[in-house]
Amino acid sequence: MAEIRLEQLAHSYHGTPSKPADYALRQMDHVWEQGGAYALLGPSGCGKSTLLNIISGLLVPSEGRVLYDGKSVNDLSPQQRNIAQVFQFPVVYDTMTVFDNLAFPLRNQGHSRDRIHQRVREVAEALEIEPLLSRKAHNLTADEKQKVSMGRGLVRDDVAAILFDEPLTVIDPQLKWRLRRKLKEIHQRFNVTMVYVTHDQLEASTFADKIAVMYQGQIVQFGTPRELFENPQHTFVGYFIGSPGMNLLDIVLGSAGIELEGRALPVEESIVAQLRRGGEGRLQLGIRPEFVQLVASEASTLHGQVDLVQDQGTFKIVDVRLDTPSASVIKARLGEEQLVPEGRVGLAFPAAWQRFYRDDRLVEIVP
Amino acid sequence: MSLQLDNVTLSVRGETYIDNACLTLEPGSFNVLLGHTLAGKTTLMRLMAGLDMPDRGTVHLGGRDMTHVPVRQRNVSMVYQQFINYPTLTVFDNIASPLKQAKVSHQEIARRVEETAAMLGIQHLLGRYPQELSGGQQQRTAMARALVKDADLVLFDEPLVNLDYKLREALRVEMRKLFESRHTIAVYATTEPAEALALGGTTTLLHQGRIVQSGPSDEVYRHPCNREAASLFGEPPINLMPMTIRGEECRIAGLHQPLPDVWRSLPAGEYQVGIRPHHWSLQPLDEPAFRLPVIVRVAEISGSETFLHLSHDRIDLVAHLIGIHEFGVDQALEMQVACRQLFVFEPDGDLVLSPSSPRPTLASV
Repeated sequence: MAEIRLEQLAHSYHGTPSKPADYALRQMDHVWEQGGAYALLGPSGCGKSTLLNIISGLLVPSEGRVLYDGKSVNDLSPQQRNIAQVFQFPVVYDTMTVFDNLAFPLRNQGHSRDRIHQRVREVAEALEIEPLLSRKAHNLTADEKQKVSMGRGLVRDDVAAILFDEPLTVIDPQLKWRLRRKLKEIHQRFNVTMVYVTHDQLEASTFADKIAVMYQGQIVQFGTPRELFENPQHTFVGYFIGSPGMNLLDIVLGSAGIELEGRALPVEESIVAQLRRGGEGRLQLGIRPEFVQLVASEASTLHGQVDLVQDQGTFKIVDVRLDTPSASVIKARLGEEQLVPEGRVGLAFPAAWQRFYRDDRLVEIVP
Repeated sequence: MSLQLDNVTLSVRGETYIDNACLTLEPGSFNVLLGHTLAGKTTLMRLMAGLDMPDRGTVHLGGRDMTHVPVRQRNVSMVYQQFINYPTLTVFDNIASPLKQAKVSHQEIARRVEETAAMLGIQHLLGRYPQELSGGQQQRTAMARALVKDADLVLFDEPLVNLDYKLREALRVEMRKLFESRHTIAVYATTEPAEALALGGTTTLLHQGRIVQSGPSDEVYRHPCNREAASLFGEPPINLMPMTIRGEECRIAGLHQPLPDVWRSLPAGEYQVGIRPHHWSLQPLDEPAFRLPVIVRVAEISGSETFLHLSHDRIDLVAHLIGIHEFGVDQALEMQVACRQLFVFEPDGDLVLSPSSPRPTLASV
């Protein structure tokens, strides 16, 4: 078990990188603490797999160092680093029984028979695969095989960390629930550092205590699921976290305050003053669909037409097309039992949930 | 032209893949096939397309018997999970390929390719090759090829499954819009209940080769015909508990409850109740409610929601709550659900009662 530290780490697949775009990973410093449950979340091509492969030792970084408990492991192979990995597709030895699959890493290390039996039983019990122990692995379903893959990572109590690369991709949604819940219980019980790579925000936020959101080779925010939802530090986090993502509206600082396509928005004077002090740059107002309120049209300066209602069963997504020149769409998320007004509506953004971005970075507002 | 399947059955090596499927799909409709992996979704689509022939039953398109007409003689296109494009052809030529085969004029090809590409937002990529595109762009190219020829039937086999979650969200909305103004029958297979709801249209639930239920998506979701349908169409799946009615009282999971008014018409006997995870509440409700003591097993917190995995005796339950609620493992709680939101099933699984129409609350005005 280990703390994993990334020190001035960067990686380029180019031989001679000259500009930021040549880097799959831009320079970063980062710490994964011992025993934490972490997720690395981002769209395809953001660099998350590159980062995972550098942590595990499958890839040598072109710049910087990876430290396990303070010692550089740049020159060590994945085996020497003592890392367990669970991949998208379960890796099991089909001809072996489940028991032998789980015992395999321990036998390689020369543990005693008793120790192997005790540890395999313990892990099988935690994963609820005890009834399968004597079965041949090739007869198992995809989720059972994935549990065996996880089990092989858990049997050794000396692993530095367990890395998961989109482990639930091949699992049916109905089973994902159980497996994710199992993983969470396992983490609570075994106290091992876990890093979970995914593009699915729900998987990331339900598994991890802290999530690193990656975008264009950088970690743009590292925080709890709640922080990512409530205070996105970057417009990309606002867009990527949340379903649907944050509404982002271009605004300008006019003589009367904040204007959206010529319409004055009611924003507190102290906030406007702070925004004015911040200098140049593209300004955006961010508001999550969960906090957008549909109000009577005379109660707001901002209006639009209800354009589309998506009934998602547990909630509804309402698209409101603004009656501004750009006719942009604002999304509101309503509860299952809330009625959707028809036709022209007013929009209100509660002050507590307004966020402001300058050149995509959150502007910290002091109350 | 409507597509009609009557008693379609297919067995392979003694194993039934599709069991007596009866289904009518209307022209211009968007139809989701929802079911677990291996439920028979792909097989059913292959039967619709003419890629496989049924052992029994018939397939009619626009009233014409197509049962034994091979796929080449039908006007059908299909989009697969893996994006399939011709690697040596540009995006333009990829999209144009079905029109070239049909000997459409050059001018007409250019017009339709550009129109379809614009619909899918890839008009600026027409000169590129597939390997120069992102996954989402490649799948849009494959979709454009399926849409360009105005097929009678377009089949999508989990087309978004390999794409980023955010791209999926955007493409789902596009799919709805693409088919709104068409006469094509669209069929879309997925394992995800949320996707079925987001796509709207109709949903057909498939389980172990059988059609469990078919109808407008929101209706199937709110009024599942039986326990199986309720479990298939919901994520996390619906919670189920035993219930007994005896005279003026009932027991749910062994707990005495006054008999809710909505259940007075039910004869005494054994039942099961179903509770959608998002109908649980932590707060006392100001209406007749069923209260259940539970133990927290694990709390999964996403940014704005909490999924509580709970147990009561030996029954595992899931609650989906709005907002962030932190609980310790093994903490004891009392959960509530409004009686009117309970589903009631017969012991054999058939639906007896689905939640009465919701008590509407106005959007915050």
